[in-house]
Amino acid sequence: MTDTQAPPVRTPESNDEALLRVEDLRVHFPTGDGLVKSVDGLSFSLRRGEILGIVGESGSGKSVTSQAILGLHKGSKARVSGSIWFEGTDLVAASEHEMRAFRGDQMAMIFQDPLSAMHPFFKIGDQIAEAYLVHNKVSKRDARQRTIEMLQKVGIPNAAGRYDDYPHQLSGGMRQRAMIAMALICRPKLLIADEPTTALDVTVQAQILELIKDLRDELDSAVILITHDLGVVAETCDQVVVMYGGQAVEQGSVAELFAQPEMPYTWGLLASMPRMDRVRSTRLMPIPGSPPSLINVPNGCVFNPRCRFSDRVPGRKCFTEHPELSPTTGSASPLAVHEVRCHIPAEERQQILLTEIRPTL
Amino acid sequence: MTTTAPRPAPAGATTTSEKLLEVEAIQKYFPGRRSGIAGQKGNPIRAVDGVSFSLAAGETLGLVGESGCGKSTTGRAVSKLIEPTGGTIRFEGRDLTKLSPRQMRPMRRQMQMIFQDPYSSLNPRHTIGTIVGSPFRIQGEKPKAGVKRTVQDLMARVGLNPEHYNRYPHEFSGGQRQRIGIARALALQPKLIVCDEPVSALDVSVQAQVVNLLEDLQQEFGLAYVFIAHDLSVVRHISDRVAVMYLGKIMEITDRDALYERPMHPYTHALLSAVPIPDPAIESRRERILLTGDLPSPSDPPSGCVFHTRCPKFKNELSDSERDHCRTVEPVLEDKRPGQSVYCHFPQVRSDLIDGAPAAAGAAGESPIRTTRPRVA
Repeated sequence: MTDTQAPPVRTPESNDEALLRVEDLRVHFPTGDGLVKSVDGLSFSLRRGEILGIVGESGSGKSVTSQAILGLHKGSKARVSGSIWFEGTDLVAASEHEMRAFRGDQMAMIFQDPLSAMHPFFKIGDQIAEAYLVHNKVSKRDARQRTIEMLQKVGIPNAAGRYDDYPHQLSGGMRQRAMIAMALICRPKLLIADEPTTALDVTVQAQILELIKDLRDELDSAVILITHDLGVVAETCDQVVVMYGGQAVEQGSVAELFAQPEMPYTWGLLASMPRMDRVRSTRLMPIPGSPPSLINVPNGCVFNPRCRFSDRVPGRKCFTEHPELSPTTGSASPLAVHEVRCHIPAEERQQILLTEIRPTL
Repeated sequence: MTTTAPRPAPAGATTTSEKLLEVEAIQKYFPGRRSGIAGQKGNPIRAVDGVSFSLAAGETLGLVGESGCGKSTTGRAVSKLIEPTGGTIRFEGRDLTKLSPRQMRPMRRQMQMIFQDPYSSLNPRHTIGTIVGSPFRIQGEKPKAGVKRTVQDLMARVGLNPEHYNRYPHEFSGGQRQRIGIARALALQPKLIVCDEPVSALDVSVQAQVVNLLEDLQQEFGLAYVFIAHDLSVVRHISDRVAVMYLGKIMEITDRDALYERPMHPYTHALLSAVPIPDPAIESRRERILLTGDLPSPSDPPSGCVFHTRCPKFKNELSDSERDHCRTVEPVLEDKRPGQSVYCHFPQVRSDLIDGAPAAAGAAGESPIRTTRPRVA
């Protein structure tokens, strides 16, 4: 990077304190076949006003992570360890009772499929107002008023009239808006959006992403955006975590990571995507093989069975030693954090990126 | 049949033109919902309303648009899985709309379909062998090498392990199931495959495998594809020409590069501007054209140009008299530049939508947190 004085991603009112700090999070599910390590040692932090993207393929642990933050594994057989600090409270240790006070009020979630996330028998207005009534001592009339305001805010035309509609009466985009209204009615500090636009058309996706950004600016909330679309990350997020096999394999600021991706898995994702902004000179290059079993996780680096570059590492380190997530040397800006989990020596990685990966993208 | 490799450019005795498929003004109207007890029929739903295009052997036509624009219905009408309400479909010069189901059956060897959801399009009680071999059974075809052998060859060709002949669909991953669907479509060596969102449900790296497979098979067998998808990046990658649909009509149809580099229809502009590009540097300088409002009902389409109710150009740039023209006179899909047909009264070439022209940078309201950094080449 030539630009050294790029501003840090965001300084929200000189408040440097992280709103959410996830440390060494592990979520393991005991099953008849063995222990499924869905999330295995994930750490990241997030400040108010920031949007963090979590990308990865199906089964990489993205959604399980978000469920752990909301405490949705409590009461299940899942073994959750590590810590999730949210404003001084460790959510991993918190009781279900304590979680209920947070959920819907301090933190809220938007799901991929709004039709199955909403109850078909109840009016959307009442479903949205419910969270507000639970967390605030207000009359039903006030809650209704507040709901209508929220529906207006998320861009639903004729909000007062729509209050009494049932979920099936709304189009996909409108339903997603209604769910965003539901998530935001208590002005949460943390919003988790799990593939919020995957089921939507691009035009509607653009509207919804714009809406999430606007609301983030207005409420100064932190947002975790779970997606498999690197385009959505580039457009929307400030920070990004690339997950593979339950671990973060690369993470950093969006500008850094896209300018200088260093993990072979990230390269693989980029090389397998068709681009709309240009015609590729080569064929798409899919990542060979398939995602790892989360029961018998490969020894050494989780990505080694599919990595084209493990022969660049002296010895058989990729197969024997689990790489740590360590800062890259490529980033010029000291403020930009960019970490990668890879044994390939840093100069070699940058060389591979320059000579072998870039030309094919 | 099974031994002769199908070649592009069929030029059969009955063929008068070199086009494999010529679709002219096809319509598909579904009956409208009955209203009230009187049982009066509502307006028909015009899912496809006068779509025309042609396809040469070995060519890929991408069909894009939002959900509900009629792209899937067009695909199904073209392969006569549903009966079109009007128009003609010529396949190698023969009008398919006039054929009875019995006459249609032999034609079906020539045109096959691949579906989006590879699970619901495979019978869960049948083994892969049965599924991929079913076209032979249905068509009464006896391949020289025997059905089992031929099916196993097909499985190997699409990258499945032939030993999995006796397995059931649930034992396969999403990408493998899509390969099963492809093997079945290939069984009778068709000339045309209608692919309805074949990679939409797959993870990117699996998607890349299936896209590559489709390209290889096209090369090898000279297949023509109608490739229906909402993902404009995949469509750019795979298509030779692209048609953009809205409310049952084609808005713009042209060569792939012209569509992405010099799009003329305001709807195409909005679609292209909405697709995020995995490069924050480019993203930060692009203009995003947001469409407002919802898709109008296809049972009660707007007067004049069907897009005028949501058209950003109509709203922001046109004079009152020009707007009247859009509201009252329906445009015709016609060449506005050589080889570029556009359904619009006031088309305009825009080439800044994908890369974000440097001039436009910083003009439109950008998100304040975005760090615009010069990209190192």
